[in-house]
Amino acid sequence: MTVFRENRLFAFYTGLVVLIVLLALFAPFLAPQDPMASDMKSVLQTPSAQHILGTDKLGRDILSRILCGTQISLFMALCLVALIAVVGTLVGVLAGYFGGWLETILMRFADMMLAFPGIVLAIAIAGILGGSVINTILALLVVSWAKYARLVRSLVIRLRNQDFILAAKIQGARTRSILWRHVLPNVLPMVVITGAMDIGTMMMEIAGLSFLGFGAQPPTPEWGLMLNEGRQYIQTAPWLMIYPGLAIFIVVAIFNLWGDSLRDVLDPRQE
Amino acid sequence: MEILYDYISWNKQGDEEGMNYAVKRFIHLIPIIFGITFLSFLLMYLAGSDAVTEMYTNRGVEVAQEIIDEKKAALGLNLPFFQQYVNWLWGMLHGNMGVSYVTGEDVLTAFMKKLPATLLLTGLSISATVLISLPCGILAAVRHDKASDLLLRFGSFLGNAMPNFFVGMLLMEFLGIQLGILPVISSGIDIKSAIMPTLTLAIAMSAKYLRQVRSTILEELNKDYVLGAKARGISYQVILWKNVMKASMLTIMTLLALSIGSLLGGTAIIESIFMWDGVGKLAVDAINMRDYPIIQAYVMWMAIIYVFVNLVADLLYHHLDPRIRLGVNAK
Repeated sequence: MTVFRENRLFAFYTGLVVLIVLLALFAPFLAPQDPMASDMKSVLQTPSAQHILGTDKLGRDILSRILCGTQISLFMALCLVALIAVVGTLVGVLAGYFGGWLETILMRFADMMLAFPGIVLAIAIAGILGGSVINTILALLVVSWAKYARLVRSLVIRLRNQDFILAAKIQGARTRSILWRHVLPNVLPMVVITGAMDIGTMMMEIAGLSFLGFGAQPPTPEWGLMLNEGRQYIQTAPWLMIYPGLAIFIVVAIFNLWGDSLRDVLDPRQE
Repeated sequence: MEILYDYISWNKQGDEEGMNYAVKRFIHLIPIIFGITFLSFLLMYLAGSDAVTEMYTNRGVEVAQEIIDEKKAALGLNLPFFQQYVNWLWGMLHGNMGVSYVTGEDVLTAFMKKLPATLLLTGLSISATVLISLPCGILAAVRHDKASDLLLRFGSFLGNAMPNFFVGMLLMEFLGIQLGILPVISSGIDIKSAIMPTLTLAIAMSAKYLRQVRSTILEELNKDYVLGAKARGISYQVILWKNVMKASMLTIMTLLALSIGSLLGGTAIIESIFMWDGVGKLAVDAINMRDYPIIQAYVMWMAIIYVFVNLVADLLYHHLDPRIRLGVNAK
């Protein structure tokens, strides 16, 4: 708790993040209408008292869809970041600690993955596997783990020859326990910082894939998909794309601010 | 640019060693090209061995199984995986990348037709990005923590949190529909249609670069030699433009080189939104249609760009930074 008292700003952003998480959790109860229920009598209505943010081409309430979309976006982004962090750390630790041919193979592989602007390869993977929530996560996982592997590897190489590791070795500690008790705890803070700062970016990439039709499929109330549906009505019903876009923007902005302040708290060396 | 030439002429004696280094780097990067094409080939093999059925579905005709089998044999799709890959590689090395499943057009020709649009968009958006982010970044760094710095940082923060397709759609809505001054969807490859996609890309990239330019210059400004120069009474303008900018250029140029690479790949999303007929849109369309030869050509193109851009960035770094070139900081 002292962390929050000493870092007012961090406390504030954490509060906002908690708010988003709560919104996501209770979205089904908060949504004024069923996000999936179409109502052909009130199609493409402008924002009004009854539908605060208007309705889409099937008469579904935009506000309800955006609220429920929080759940999906957040769930996907958090799963993705967690998976990337785990895979990246695993590869990075193995490559950095053991070195040799294992390192060469793993890092060449990582280089290859880094060779693409992520989103393009993700589009290819998601497009070929077929669009779905799981495939989106898989595609972005394949594209993004390499960055973490690189980071962790460079940290581990710096750790590898430090005295406390050598001491543990001399005492006869098993490799597994060295990795768990000495290497991992020293690597974790950086991984957590990077992960926290990536949540926003990952949300945007997930939305981008859905926007192209390679992510969540209709009728899922996913923000990127909603933007895509709104694209066809940009002339007649701009609220269809403006509100989901704003939702992405606000949530990404909050996570970016939170990630930055988390870095400042955990790693005061930078700026 | 003058700064660059300055360094280069000063470093002339390092040229021979530089050539060796370039060759070494290049050889190091070749396996990446093969690895990438192999992986994408494998991916497509695993995903859709049934490209032929897909092809006829795309053309909207229903055909008998025998015809499908025959076509598969003709395209070599019933061969073992490894042989297919080797065949493809062999053809590729001879400039034959196969024909599109959808249009029947030669892949290389189809690809080359789309390239100028992407090149144009890349050139325009990089120029716009440099024009926006360089002056703004320098201003923000010089006026550190003053009002203008805070304002610019806020702007860059907003740009960073907005997905570029949303920026693109907002521009469409305001410039295209509300004000009606620009075409909403590109009417061809001309400057007027290029303005909106260029702006969209430039806004997103400038937001990123402004930060990087700012922090690079700030870091440089905080170094001891700047304080020393100030103490010796050298004017701030001279320190800023002669020393600090010179030192910061290296990082900034490298960052730019890397982003040119990703732009040359055709920004799939932006090209699709604005119907800009470049390679990015070609790739998205091909993925939608399961047009594997086109996807494969695209992947090849990306791999080549990546290798090339990395090489250039690497050599630039190697050549411009005497510490790296002379191995002072080695290890």
